[in-house]
Amino acid sequence: MKILVPVKRVADYNVRIHVKADETGVELANVKMSMNPFDEIAVEEAIRLKEAGKAEEIIAVSIGPGEAEQTLRTALAMGADRAILVKTQQETEPLAVAKVLRAIVKRENPDLVILGKQAIDDDCGQTGQMLAALLGWPQATFISKLEIDGEQATITREIDGGLQTISAPLPLVATTDLRLNEPRYASLPNIMKARRKPLETLTAEELDVDVTPRLEVLKVQEPPARAGGVRVESVDELIDRLKNEAGVL
Amino acid sequence: MAILLIAEHDENSLKEATARALSAARQMDPQVDILVAGEKCAAIARQAAALEGVRKVLLAEDAALAHQMAGPMSALVTPLMETYDALVAPATTTGRDIAPRIAALLDVMQISDVVAVQSPDTFVRPIYAGNALQTVRSKDVKKVLTIRTTAFPATAKSAQAAPVETIAVAEIPPGVRFVSQELNTSERPELTSARIVVSGGRGMGSTEAFAMLEELAARLGAAVGASRAAVDAGFVSNDLQVGQTGKIVAPELYMAFGISGAIQHLAGMKDSRIIVAVNKDEEAPIFQVADYGLVADLFKVLPELMEKLG
Ligand SMILES: Cc1cc2nc3c(=O)[nH]c(=O)nc-3n(C[C@H](O)[C@H](O)[C@H](O)COP(=O)(O)OP(=O)(O)OC[C@H]3O[C@@H](n4cnc5c(N)ncnc54)[C@H](O)[C@@H]3O)c2cc1C
Ligand SMILES: Nc1ncnc2c1ncn2[C@@H]1O[C@H](COP(=O)(O)O)[C@@H](O)[C@H]1O
Repeated sequence: MKILVPVKRVADYNVRIHVKADETGVELANVKMSMNPFDEIAVEEAIRLKEAGKAEEIIAVSIGPGEAEQTLRTALAMGADRAILVKTQQETEPLAVAKVLRAIVKRENPDLVILGKQAIDDDCGQTGQMLAALLGWPQATFISKLEIDGEQATITREIDGGLQTISAPLPLVATTDLRLNEPRYASLPNIMKARRKPLETLTAEELDVDVTPRLEVLKVQEPPARAGGVRVESVDELIDRLKNEAGVL
Repeated sequence: MAILLIAEHDENSLKEATARALSAARQMDPQVDILVAGEKCAAIARQAAALEGVRKVLLAEDAALAHQMAGPMSALVTPLMETYDALVAPATTTGRDIAPRIAALLDVMQISDVVAVQSPDTFVRPIYAGNALQTVRSKDVKKVLTIRTTAFPATAKSAQAAPVETIAVAEIPPGVRFVSQELNTSERPELTSARIVVSGGRGMGSTEAFAMLEELAARLGAAVGASRAAVDAGFVSNDLQVGQTGKIVAPELYMAFGISGAIQHLAGMKDSRIIVAVNKDEEAPIFQVADYGLVADLFKVLPELMEKLG
């Protein structure tokens, strides 16, 4: 089995994001960038399937600027076998990413594509479902457990009411939720080794995919700030304020 | 033309998320039809028809539509979109699962988690865990949106019911098979629509401590929530997670016990009207958003609160 794992380079989850003064976007200059956390979980899951003897090859793919190569190197250092960078300077919208990924799937014929359930920068949560639609494949979103048995996958999904178990035939598109696994850190020797693993660079044009954005960003603003609150000294004061000041009890 | 809204339901009742997403849809266009799809959901269709301003309800019943899986649902909805300008779904796990699949089939870039409708093609949505609000205009001919339900009021019921039209369901090819479901059967109100939410974090330390929170919630008629750390530690089930990647809540009162206030958690609750934080660390970032902060040990505060709220 061959597994494709799309990984996105995003502002690190610990970074406090600020909006640019001219309201055209968020300030990303000199901001620490990392692999989208859900994609780390996806890479980890693919590696575990390989370690369990269920997969032979893991291909990491990223669509974005040249710097996304670092994200791919991280995936390689974790344990992916090779990587594909699809270069574009455009803002990558999920629909465009899904189309690029479809083109990669057509070239590589993976049996399983594991994506993150959401990129923590755009918070769209669309790409996996869109890719499944474009390929006409079944989808398993927000997964917290994945078992592969031959041509069949059994999946547990995190849904609003609790957990749902489904089964689906391969090929399949899956998207990871937080509790699927705990991603490993790449060891120093593996980081060194990753430098020599194959990384192919393509462009969206070479794949004949139009990545022109469909959404025009008119402005990006700070959310309204909450007014500072007060410290209460005791449970009595808290109850009193909730009853008589806030009127919520 | 008009808007098609996908109803959120569990075959037992129509969820309030539907009435909230309806408010957003009606801000785009007064002509809104609601699709109620499932295995057996005629009763749900009648509930949807009772919502104010609904033009008509489309009822699609078929065994293949049980649990509203994305494959069958997109096969059903995509052809229906020929006569609609926009598809709207609440940003629940069902809506998030289905809507992007339909959007791709329509070759439309979806707008996720809409918190404000500025015009039929311009919307506001949070990005970066709500640390920025993006205003976007869609250049697509048709629009596909998911709605952050806490940002819109629930549409009221109307005295006059809209007509319910049963639609034919074409043969749906088999794909994903439903196996089982483990649903939280708490007596507590639903997290996303409760008036009060009491939440616990890693500081709760155990499942037993959460039982105390349950008790407080019972007294207040509140729902119980949790941070990711509390869910990861196994104190409570995943469906209680509040945050950027969990549930978004905006109750009248949100009480956080032993939660530090990471941005990913704040993203899910900072639009609550009143926030209370109880944390023994006075530097905890949760205090920056709390209207009332109490620096104290939650194991002292919880019993005292219960006693005094009687
Ligand atoms: C991709 C991604 C997505 C995420 N999504 C979410 C999400 O949706 N929701 C979410 O919540 N988190 C999310 N997180 C995790 C988030 O970053 C934090 O790790 C998490 O919110 C911390 O939970 P916590 O506040 O319970 O734990 P901690 O940060 O460990 O805080 C525990 C707090 O309890 C206090 N405490 C301990 N004992 C007591 C006591 N006896 N009395 C009073 N106070 C006490 C401590 O002072 C501390 O402030 C996400 C992270 C990532 C990377
Ligand atoms: N530019 C990108 N390159 C590679 N993968 C991506 C990219 N954008 C999104 N993805 C994948 O799609 C998932 C969901 O992203 P989104 O739909 O943007 O929230 C991510 O977790 C990634 O797995």
